[in-house]
Amino acid sequence: MTTIQLATYGVYLVGAVTFILALKFLASPKTARTGNLLGAGGMILVVAWTIATTEGLLDNWWVLVVGGLIGTVIGVIGARRVPMTAMPQMVAIFNGAGGGAAAVVALSEFLTATSGPVIGSDLLPAIPMIATLLGAVIGSVSLTGSVIAFGKLQGFVASRPVTFPGSRIVAAVLLATLLLLAVALAFFTNDVTLFLVFVALALVAGVLIVMPIGGADMPVVISLLNSYTGIAVAATGFVLGNYALLIAGTLVGASGAILTQLMCRAMNRSLLNVLFGAFGTGGGVAVAGAAGEQNVRTINAEDAAVLMAYGKSVIIVPGYGMAVAQAQTPVRELMDLLIARGVDVQFAIHPVAGRMPGHMNVLLAEANVPYERLKEMDEINDDFANADVALVIGANDVTNPSARTDTTSPIYGMPILNVDKAHNVIVLKRSMASGFAGIDNPLYGEPQTAMLFGDAKATVQALVAGVKAA
Amino acid sequence: MTEALDPQALVDALFILVLTAFVGYEVVSKVPTMLHTPLMSGANAVHGVVVVGAIIVTATADSPLQLALGLVGVILGTVNVVGGFVVTDRMLEMFRSRPGKDEKAEGGKGPGA
Repeated sequence: MTTIQLATYGVYLVGAVTFILALKFLASPKTARTGNLLGAGGMILVVAWTIATTEGLLDNWWVLVVGGLIGTVIGVIGARRVPMTAMPQMVAIFNGAGGGAAAVVALSEFLTATSGPVIGSDLLPAIPMIATLLGAVIGSVSLTGSVIAFGKLQGFVASRPVTFPGSRIVAAVLLATLLLLAVALAFFTNDVTLFLVFVALALVAGVLIVMPIGGADMPVVISLLNSYTGIAVAATGFVLGNYALLIAGTLVGASGAILTQLMCRAMNRSLLNVLFGAFGTGGGVAVAGAAGEQNVRTINAEDAAVLMAYGKSVIIVPGYGMAVAQAQTPVRELMDLLIARGVDVQFAIHPVAGRMPGHMNVLLAEANVPYERLKEMDEINDDFANADVALVIGANDVTNPSARTDTTSPIYGMPILNVDKAHNVIVLKRSMASGFAGIDNPLYGEPQTAMLFGDAKATVQALVAGVKAA
Repeated sequence: MTEALDPQALVDALFILVLTAFVGYEVVSKVPTMLHTPLMSGANAVHGVVVVGAIIVTATADSPLQLALGLVGVILGTVNVVGGFVVTDRMLEMFRSRPGKDEKAEGGKGPGA
């Protein structure tokens, strides 16, 4: 082993440690940012070292300059410009890029191996070939799957589950063909055209896997695809004999899998149910008929403001509606005014509120709400019974009491916020339309509930004015 | 591809794979729900290391097709790694707002307004 090779292992080890610390430091908001910067530093070190020591780059240096420039410009502009509400789809698209890169690396490595002089047997050795195929197929699925997930959240692909007659059969045939091609390529032939067909089918598979999943479940899908990209990167790392790729890929593959599991548990659903689930296909339609039959009480902003201003404790329940209306800043103002009057204000954050776990925390933190006031579900659920007002802003399914009692409800069993236990419930909503899961919310018909219709931002601003005047 | 042929290298890789998977599990289990979005984004940035793979295959490219693949790989990998870290930093920046201080400053002018 040369000195340079030895040093490379050292650099990769340092890189691996920073990657682990980057994730570990996320355990607390105080250290999280430092961790991320540390990870970025480790990454720069690893990449710079690779460029400096890889032989043969002198002829192709322009590829790195041009590719690096284009990639950096796209990455920085995307990351800086994206509004916080669109964060989930941004992560999806970055993830898709990583998956695509892994697939491209696998393909290129295959081409190099097949174009070179063949030693001994005619076939490439099976084990690295299987890893190459894994990197290609999982990376490709992650690429197109992420693009569809992005489209569903951004609104240019229908966010409802999209299926067509026989779609299950098509998917099954596709899967079988992929498996067959993989076996053929690993053990019987190293035909380049066959490999390209394999990659093309994997790209189609990514689309077919994500299309039938509803927009509400996209966070879980993005997390899963993130894990996939990790596995694809680990596979290419194995093929290249590169420990940096192997470690980082495995780390993300494992952590992404756990995160996906945690997210499913928060919704009380299995991953299988999310991927092939009943949502939207059967369940949603069955209950939709009951919509609009509820008698609801409405309230105006002034009365709602008085109720909160003279209460002792207010719990705010934010949802995606708040994010869409960009109401975070007025909500913070409302909080400040209430606190100044001696009202105890807390925020109840459901694990799946918004479009991603923690999405609400990010948005509220952006509006300078101290994170100590943001309470997780288990922490705050007992406090609702003592709350004078529960103010629900654009949240729906996570407050739906039928998740507790109605066994026929598609969200039955999902842990919910005990909003209905509060003395008064004020629900800010645009209209009586149902939530993302497409089901009715009996909370709105309860006697302690009053509806305050309108755009969330304008309504919260009216509440702010009301509290000032009260 | 021959790098992965040596039995010793295979065993090493297997050990790394299994142990790293446990590390990933342990580390993520301790992250609170409110940081799950930055976590997903941060993990996403970490697998951006794939750009190293793209650099390596670019070095061995000997046909225009492989050069093109290398270029695409470098672009995609760079988007992943740069975008990933920048967007995560942007998210985490927001969690740094000094609690108590903000609250008092805003609260102080509240009743007078």
